[in-house]
Amino acid sequence: MNKEWPLYEVFIRSKNGLEHRHVGSLHAADDQMALENARDVYTRRQEGVSIWVVESSQITASNPENQGELFEPAADKVYRHPTFYNLPDEVDHM
Amino acid sequence: MTIKSLEQQFQDRIDAGERIEAKDWMPEKYRKTHIRQISQHAHSEIVGMLPEGNWITRAPSLRRKVGLLAKVQDEAGHGLYLYSAAETLGISRDELFDQLHTGKAKYSSIFNYPTLTWADIGAIGWLVDGAAIINQVMLTRTSYGPYARAMVRICKEESFHQRQGYEIMLGLSKGTPEQKEMAQDALNRFWWPSLMMFGPRDEESPNTEQSVKWKIKRKTNDELRQEFVDITVPQAEILGLTIPDPDLKWNEERGHYDFGEIDWDEFWQVVKGNGPCNKERLGARVKAWDEGAWVREAAIAYSDRRSRSQGDEASRNQGVSAAV
Repeated sequence: MNKEWPLYEVFIRSKNGLEHRHVGSLHAADDQMALENARDVYTRRQEGVSIWVVESSQITASNPENQGELFEPAADKVYRHPTFYNLPDEVDHM
Repeated sequence: MTIKSLEQQFQDRIDAGERIEAKDWMPEKYRKTHIRQISQHAHSEIVGMLPEGNWITRAPSLRRKVGLLAKVQDEAGHGLYLYSAAETLGISRDELFDQLHTGKAKYSSIFNYPTLTWADIGAIGWLVDGAAIINQVMLTRTSYGPYARAMVRICKEESFHQRQGYEIMLGLSKGTPEQKEMAQDALNRFWWPSLMMFGPRDEESPNTEQSVKWKIKRKTNDELRQEFVDITVPQAEILGLTIPDPDLKWNEERGHYDFGEIDWDEFWQVVKGNGPCNKERLGARVKAWDEGAWVREAAIAYSDRRSRSQGDEASRNQGVSAAV
């Protein structure tokens, strides 16, 4: 039997207070191995205090081809931004 | 290792300015306090949509209408960020909603006041969001990571809310005498409840000391309230409106405004559920939850059916490859 190990996505929290960020991916036979491999591949220089791994196939991603229509609804809503509202200079830091 | 030493280690981490994350060990009381505070905050965002939603269909122009609509949408989003942060502490969304709907959990009392005129929408954006921002800016540095990060996101969006409100107040106070009167009336009704948003006086706030020690709060209720008054008084002057407090005056020595005594009886009455709109607000939430039940059930039923049919397809495909 020749079965490829599944792909995992790796997320690292560089220090407490910050969110986990995607750093890359790797292959592993199971979750535990993925965690250990992630430690060895991505945190050799103390880059993190916490690791998340998730099998890549478990991630539902938006399709870049649909990017236009997916995000289009926000494109014409300038009134969601503070600068849409006109305030006198004295209170402009509001 | 004894429990006591764990608690000491925890306090040492806090004192060193470290943030606490969901999987870290934490005292049970720290966890409970956060569940209470974050969920109360989330509930406030959600219930806060009601008094403003009241005016969406009657906004005086399209500009005002889209602004208010976007603000109310944001409040829903803020509620969702916060519920998620609360869930990191091991409580479920359904439990959180249940606590709100049964009255076990509180939300900010300010939303138990009615929005009687369009000017109230201006006053809410300016004063209520203004007060919330003072509190929330402090909370971006709170010790619990998921809460602090939710606050950073919220604060970024909050500035538009306050400007939206202030622009309404500006329009009215520079308008006809009737419009200005309407703005003044809204300020009169929302000023004191806005000051109450910071909670009881420090000496009557039993949780403050522990909260400051754990850096859940970095300033006391009274400190935040003073900050709000100092920032807001000049803004009222620009509007040409009068803050309804005869004792309000600049104190040169303190470098702060002095202000009059809050009606604490009213504060406790509203907290205890006897405000003008407590029943209406909670009733609206429960109604929305109950009447939305079929939507939640239908979505789950659809999802179940789809995963069943995908399962069938997968086993059929397996059958094919086995046959080949």
